[in-house]
Amino acid sequence: MNAFMNWFYRMASPPHFYRWSGTAIPWFLVPATVLAVIGLYLALVTSPTDYQMGDTVRIMYVHVPVAWLSLMCYTSMAVASAIGLIWRIKLAHAVAAAIAPAGASLTALALFTGSLWGKPTWGTYWVWDARLTSYLMLLFLFAGFALLRNAFSDVQRGDRAAAILAIVGVVNIPIIHYSVNWWNTLHQPASFSVTKGQAGIDSSMLWPLFTMLFAVTLYLVALVLMRTRNEVLIRERRKAWIKEVLVK
Amino acid sequence: MTPRKERMTAVSILLIAVSLATFFGLRGCDNLKEYFFDPSEVVAGAVKKDQEFRLGGMVKENSFKRTAGSLDVRFIVTDFAEDVIVRYSGLLPDLFREGQGVVATGRLNDAGEFEAHTIFAKHDENYMPPEVAESLKTQHPAKTSEPRP
Repeated sequence: MNAFMNWFYRMASPPHFYRWSGTAIPWFLVPATVLAVIGLYLALVTSPTDYQMGDTVRIMYVHVPVAWLSLMCYTSMAVASAIGLIWRIKLAHAVAAAIAPAGASLTALALFTGSLWGKPTWGTYWVWDARLTSYLMLLFLFAGFALLRNAFSDVQRGDRAAAILAIVGVVNIPIIHYSVNWWNTLHQPASFSVTKGQAGIDSSMLWPLFTMLFAVTLYLVALVLMRTRNEVLIRERRKAWIKEVLVK
Repeated sequence: MTPRKERMTAVSILLIAVSLATFFGLRGCDNLKEYFFDPSEVVAGAVKKDQEFRLGGMVKENSFKRTAGSLDVRFIVTDFAEDVIVRYSGLLPDLFREGQGVVATGRLNDAGEFEAHTIFAKHDENYMPPEVAESLKTQHPAKTSEPRP
């Protein structure tokens, strides 16, 4: 625990984070690219068609990883915001600020691929059922977070106001996840269950899906690190260490 | 209490308060949250006459009939407890078939049949290649027709 707290406090120092992330990013970005190429090949070429949907099933290999990770993004953003509020760590606010646009893009992509899948499968692009509606809320929460943060001329006040919004909005995450079980929805229930340990997806389709999931996850880590570095540069622009770093 | 503990308490209270508010808020608007009614609720009289609503369930096996030379179809939607007869005229989604989930929008007529103007197919949470579906059907015939609308 002590070692972890040490790491945690050291990471909170912007110069240390800046140097560490500079070397870490390729370690996420390179495997992400390799996995994405393999994953897309498996998903679009070698994986079988579905017994009901035919080739439409291939949309799942983008839709599902992107949708899962958008929920993960929001949760991370809320956790980073809470850390920023409680421990007064400025870097945590910078991380939250870096996650928001990435999360919003993932959410928009999941909505878009979902409606492309919905038209041939259900017969409609959009319905106002509990899953789709609560998921649309997620997009507004990401957008609201970014807008609220930028609405203050003082960065710290913007950070705190947006952090509270992020923490309040986290109640939407279990609602999105369980909406398909709590209510009758047009959207199908989850194919995976951690508690039941069963998958409704055949293994020939599961492997491409997991490859894509890992690819998107690693890409997202790299993206958030890159965006956080930019946030740090902007926020600390008057500090002496920035000059040292940039001159080098 | 240190200022940090104070902030930690404040964030926890905020989170608990918002969760409780959402929980009771959602429980309060019972009628808003259901996207569709199932046949048991319809038979029990959950919807008023002439009220438009959505009916969801499984298309009963061997219940689908098409009037020759027209787009008029008739089938039974079931939740394995109660059945509702559905009448519809128009094109059906690709995934529409017997033994699969369906959500129909429309209203009940005087005969207690459901007259739909829109039909959506509902997909279940199972994804598999055709060969696997075929072998499942021959090995465990019960498994492909799970009572899961």
